[in-house]
Amino acid sequence: MNRVDTHQSPAAVPMVTFEDVTKRFGGTGNQPAFTALDGVDLVVPRGAISGIIGRSGAGKSTLIRLVNGLEKATSGRVVVDGVEVGGLPETGLRDLRRQVGMIFQHFNLLSSRTAFDNVALPLEIAGMDRKAIRDRVAPLLELVGLGDKSGRYPAELSGGQKQRIGIARALATEPKLLLSDEATSALDPETTQSILELLKTINRDLGLTVLLITHEMEVVKTIASQVAVIDKGKIVENGRTFDIFTAPKHETTQSLLSAAIGAKLPEWIRPEPKTEPAPGDRALVRLIFFGETAFQPLTARLVAEIGPDVNILAGAIDEIAGEPYGSLVVSYPADPDTLQRASRFYQQTGLTTEVLGYGA
Amino acid sequence: MAPDMLISLLWKALLQTAHMVFVSGIVGTLIGLPIGVFLATSNRGELFPAPTLNKVVGAIVNATRSTPFIILVVAIIPFTRMIAGTSIGTTAAIVPLTIATIPFIARLIESSIREVDRGLIEAARAMGATPIQIVSKVLLPEALPSIVLALTLTLVSLVGYSAMVGAVGGGGLGDLGIRYGYQRFMPEVMLAVVVVLIVVVQAIQSAGDMLARRFDKRTRKN
Repeated sequence: MNRVDTHQSPAAVPMVTFEDVTKRFGGTGNQPAFTALDGVDLVVPRGAISGIIGRSGAGKSTLIRLVNGLEKATSGRVVVDGVEVGGLPETGLRDLRRQVGMIFQHFNLLSSRTAFDNVALPLEIAGMDRKAIRDRVAPLLELVGLGDKSGRYPAELSGGQKQRIGIARALATEPKLLLSDEATSALDPETTQSILELLKTINRDLGLTVLLITHEMEVVKTIASQVAVIDKGKIVENGRTFDIFTAPKHETTQSLLSAAIGAKLPEWIRPEPKTEPAPGDRALVRLIFFGETAFQPLTARLVAEIGPDVNILAGAIDEIAGEPYGSLVVSYPADPDTLQRASRFYQQTGLTTEVLGYGA
Repeated sequence: MAPDMLISLLWKALLQTAHMVFVSGIVGTLIGLPIGVFLATSNRGELFPAPTLNKVVGAIVNATRSTPFIILVVAIIPFTRMIAGTSIGTTAAIVPLTIATIPFIARLIESSIREVDRGLIEAARAMGATPIQIVSKVLLPEALPSIVLALTLTLVSLVGYSAMVGAVGGGGLGDLGIRYGYQRFMPEVMLAVVVVLIVVVQAIQSAGDMLARRFDKRTRKN
């Protein structure tokens, strides 16, 4: 199920590159400096939706603000479309910012301007004339599904509608990169999904590169094809979303993930499973389905293979970055015969499994 | 006092008060507004960082505001003479009124602008706006309802201040009240002056409130 990237040739330069980027705040006088980012290396591919996930205070806001120069790196290089941001003078920085759109958690719309005039603002700033602005803004409002709300003020719009206006505004100058700063964190789950769908559409139809930061696994899981996990100013894990989600290596990733994809053991499986089986114990095993295995009736075949005494304890079936993914926690008798037959079955089918432990 | 005479005195005094209040209000706004914008945007890390100048201007503003108005009127008589050509009369009174109004307006404008959500400044910077554009397209329009209320408050305070410039022959309603009502024991004049002042202040406040409401789009209206 490999998808071909239709937007760019693989040889294309990355949209954003962070090279050993460190950012410290303060440190003047006798106050110790706070290190927000510590030697970050990261490549944001062109044409894709990339996510950066981390807890609050992990440094992700700082990271995204380095891209359009709202913050300056203390050391290291941030390169956007071949241009080093840190080396730009104020005027060059303004030109860059007109090619990079940004959307915000709290929308940041001007309350004194109508939806139309909010979308027009970046164009006014760029010095475009009134008529050209009209021709540009109307289709953008249509694109985000708010063609009929043109004359409304932000106070008259719902959160989701405000973010749609924010997106239209960010797209007004026809940027090549869209930065999303927790854009759905203030929205309810349903509205979040509709905004994510809109971002997906924009990415696909306009070929726009999207870099988003979030603390919600759900967001990354839904739209990002790439993800980097940031913790205490360092990138601790980085790769294809599907790979990271199905085989998280770092502790932070695991804890961020556990709630999101049903990977956590149910509360009622107590006491903590033991690592070695005692006579009469049952094996607790997590079966992970993805790729080929997601489409086969493997649970039924497992029962056929090792006997009917298989309990299903927990499970979730989901989609990660557009690919099906299932996780099932089962238990069966931990006698040597059953265990052997099960492991043979796993080998034959290529099913990914994880033995969680043994218990009564 | 005969009613027609009282009315004529009141009318003349009202015109003098209006003259002083509006001229000093307008000139004070023209000078106070940019100072207020400067105070609100010139700290370290802000749009026009000039922390030292910010402190100096802030200190001058505070010094002017802490000088009691009646002392200010007398203290700047030489300056008044230089500007107005005379140190007595309605026109001369406008000079100290304006001087007292500038820091008052500057501080009010500063706080109006500081109320604007910082996120909007960040959004404008992310769009590639220059600091001047951020002031003209974001800060001032967003602060407008609050600025209108600040100017309303200024005009009301000016009506009060203008009562004191009788000391330098400025005339006006307050002066009429003191000279006729108090010094000549004519309580009906005093009462009339107070009633007219109440009406004037009410009118200014209502007009200001109405304008501010019209500009304020922050809440949903049906």
